[in-house]
Amino acid sequence: MSAHVHASPAPVGGRLLSPATFVCAVLILAALAVLAIRFSAGLGAVTNLNDGYPWGIWVVADVVIGSAFACGGFSVAMLVYIFNKGEYHPLVRPALLASLFGYTLAGVGVIFDLGRYWNFWHILWPGYASPNSVMFEVAACISLYILVMWLEFSPAVFEKFGMKNARRRVGKAMFFLIGLGTVLPMMHQSSLGSLLVVFGTQIHPLWQTMALPAIFLISAITIGYAVVLFESCLAAAGYRRKIEMHLLTPLAKVMLGMLGVFLVLRFGDLLVRGALGHAFEANLQSVMFWLETACFIAPLALLRSVEQRRNPARLFSAGALLMLGGSLLRINAFLVGYDTGEGWSYFPSVPELLVTIGMFAIEVLGYIVITRRFPVLPREDHAAPAAAH
Amino acid sequence: MSTRRDFLRRAVAGSAAAASCAVVPPAAARGNAERSPEALGLLFDSTLCIGCKACVTACKDVNDLPLDISTRPESPWDTPVDTTARTYNVIKVFRDGKATQKDAETDGFAFMKASCLHCVDPSCVSACPVSAMTKDPVTGIVGYDPDACIGCRYCVAACPFGIPKYDYQSATGEIGKCELCRHRLPEGKYSACAEVCPTGATLYGKVDELMAEARRRLALKPGEITRFPRGNLSTGDQPSWEGAAANYVQHVYGETEVGGTQMIKLAAVPFEKLGHKPLPDESFSSKSETLQHTLYGGLVLPLVALGAMTWFAKRHIGDHDADDGGDQ
Repeated sequence: MSAHVHASPAPVGGRLLSPATFVCAVLILAALAVLAIRFSAGLGAVTNLNDGYPWGIWVVADVVIGSAFACGGFSVAMLVYIFNKGEYHPLVRPALLASLFGYTLAGVGVIFDLGRYWNFWHILWPGYASPNSVMFEVAACISLYILVMWLEFSPAVFEKFGMKNARRRVGKAMFFLIGLGTVLPMMHQSSLGSLLVVFGTQIHPLWQTMALPAIFLISAITIGYAVVLFESCLAAAGYRRKIEMHLLTPLAKVMLGMLGVFLVLRFGDLLVRGALGHAFEANLQSVMFWLETACFIAPLALLRSVEQRRNPARLFSAGALLMLGGSLLRINAFLVGYDTGEGWSYFPSVPELLVTIGMFAIEVLGYIVITRRFPVLPREDHAAPAAAH
Repeated sequence: MSTRRDFLRRAVAGSAAAASCAVVPPAAARGNAERSPEALGLLFDSTLCIGCKACVTACKDVNDLPLDISTRPESPWDTPVDTTARTYNVIKVFRDGKATQKDAETDGFAFMKASCLHCVDPSCVSACPVSAMTKDPVTGIVGYDPDACIGCRYCVAACPFGIPKYDYQSATGEIGKCELCRHRLPEGKYSACAEVCPTGATLYGKVDELMAEARRRLALKPGEITRFPRGNLSTGDQPSWEGAAANYVQHVYGETEVGGTQMIKLAAVPFEKLGHKPLPDESFSSKSETLQHTLYGGLVLPLVALGAMTWFAKRHIGDHDADDGGDQ
C-alpha cells in the first residue's frame, strides 16, 4: 500500500462571532425556551403528538434522520480503513466531527421526547433492559457508538492541548475503535429500520418489509457520503477555502455506487413482494413515494459523467438531494406510511419545529466553533495534489 | 492495478460483512407465542350489549381514574369517545342509515367494547425496551409498570389495536391501559367491567372456557332460546338468563388475529364495521423478534463483523495515520 502525504489538520482560526453563529445562537435559545415549557407542562403543551401519532419529528427528524446525517464519519472511515482508500484520509476528521455532533445531539434529542426521561438508564440496566425490543438494540448501540466516536476524535483534542502521552495511548487502540466504529453504526442504522417491523400492517406496504434493516443501512451509508460532499462544499464556501475536488470527485463515484446498490435493493424488494402496484394508486403515500424516489434517482443524472462530478455546484446539489431522499424515506416510513386507524392526524407544531431547527443550529454552531479552534480541517497553505490518486 | 484488485477484494469482503448484518436468513423463526392454559380473559358479545356503559363507569371507579374529556361542555360527567391514558374502557356504537334495528348491518346499530385485548403474543411487550410492559406467564395479563417506563411510546405506536395510550397533558405522563383488574385478583375479585355487566355481554373467565362458550353460541340457530351466563364464567357467581341467540357472524374475533388474543369477541355485524380491521394470524412480535434474533442471536454476526473490521483497520491504519501523530 502506498502511503499518502496529506496536509495535517489545523484550526481554521478567525472570529467566532458572525451573522451565521449569531443566528444559530438565537435559534438555540428559542429551542431552549420551548423545551422549558415541554419539561414543565408535558409533551402535549408544545407538540401535536397524539395517541394515533405518538412519534413525531422529534423522533423522526432529530433522532432517525439526524443520526443518518451523522453517518459521514462511519462511511468515510470505512472507505479509508476497511477499503484502504488512503487518499480520503483528510476527510476523516471533519466527517467524524460532524458525526460526533449528530449522534450526540440525537442522543440528547431522545431525552426531550421521552415522557419519563428520568428512567432513561433503565434501557441499559440488567433487569429492566429487554433484548427482544428493537429499541433496546438501537439505544445500546447508539450509546456505545457515541462513546467510541468521542474516543476516535480525542486525538484532535489531545493535539490541541499538547497531551502527547494520551494521544499515543489512544493511537494504539485506534484500530479497535475504528472496527467498533464501523460495526456499531451498521447495527443501529439497520435497527432504526427494524423498529417498524413490529408495527405490522399499520405501515404502508411501500415501506413495510423485512428488508427494512438493509434498506435503512445502505441508505445511511449513501447519505454518509452525500453529507461529506454537502458539508465540504459548504465549508469551502463559508471559510473561502479551496474545494477538495481531487477527493470529492472520486468520492461522488463511490456514493453513486452505493446509491445503485440501494436502488436495486429498494426496487428489487418492492417487486419481489409485489408491492410496487401501490406506487400507482392515487393517494398521498404514492405521491410521497415518487418524491422520495426522485430524490434518490436525480443524483444519478446530475453526476453521470466525470466532468459533472468535477462541478462543485452539482456535487453540492446531488449531496443535498440524497440527504433529502434519505429524509423522505424515513419520514414516509415512520409518518406518512403509518396508519393507526381513522380519525388520527399529525403535523408538527411550530414549537416542535423550533426544537428540531434548534438542534440543527447546535450542530452548525458547534461545527463552526470547533473547526475554527481545533485541528480538524486540513491545513490550507499546503498545496493540494494536482490529480486524484 | 494491484490497488484496484485489492479494493475489489475488500469491497467483496466488506459487503459480505455488511450484508451479514442486514440481510436475513430466516434461520431462527420463533413462531407465535403459545397461550398459557391458565390464561384469563373476557368474552364480549356485541349482540348482548345494550350500551348502558356501566362497565365504563366501573372501570374508572376501580382503577381510580381521573376525569377525562366531555364531548359537550354542559355535560356534568365525562363522556370519553375513545380510550385514553385516563379511560381504559369505552363502549363504541356503530350506526347505519336510520339506525333503528339492533345488530343489523343496514339501518341498524351495534355496540363494541374498546379495551386491551391482552394479546397472546403482544406487540407492546415485544416493543418495550425496559420491560415496563409485561405478559404474566400464568394469567397472560398484559400489565404495565410506570416505575420502569421511560415514556418512549413505542408500545402506543406498535399496538395494532391502538390500545396503550400516553398522557400528553402531564409533565410526568404515564401509559394507561386495561390490565384486566389484576390489582383486584388478590382480593378474589375479577374484572369490574364483567362484574357489573347486566346482560353478560362482557363475560370474565379462563380463555379456554370463554372460547368454548363462544363456539357454543356460534353453533346456535338464530332465534334459538339459550342461557347466557353473566359475571365470571369459571365460577358462575351470577345467575344466568334465558334469551334468543342472535344471527352471529361466524367468526370469533381474537381467536387467530395476530396470534390470538385473550379478550375475544362475537358480533352480528361484520367486525370491520365495528372498527376491527382484518389482521394476519402471524404475530408482529414474532416477525420482529425473529429478525432481531437472527441478526443478534448470541452476538455471533456482530462479533464476526467486528473481527473482520478490526483486522482490516489494524492492517491499514499505519498507512494513513503515520503523518497524523507520528506515533505509529
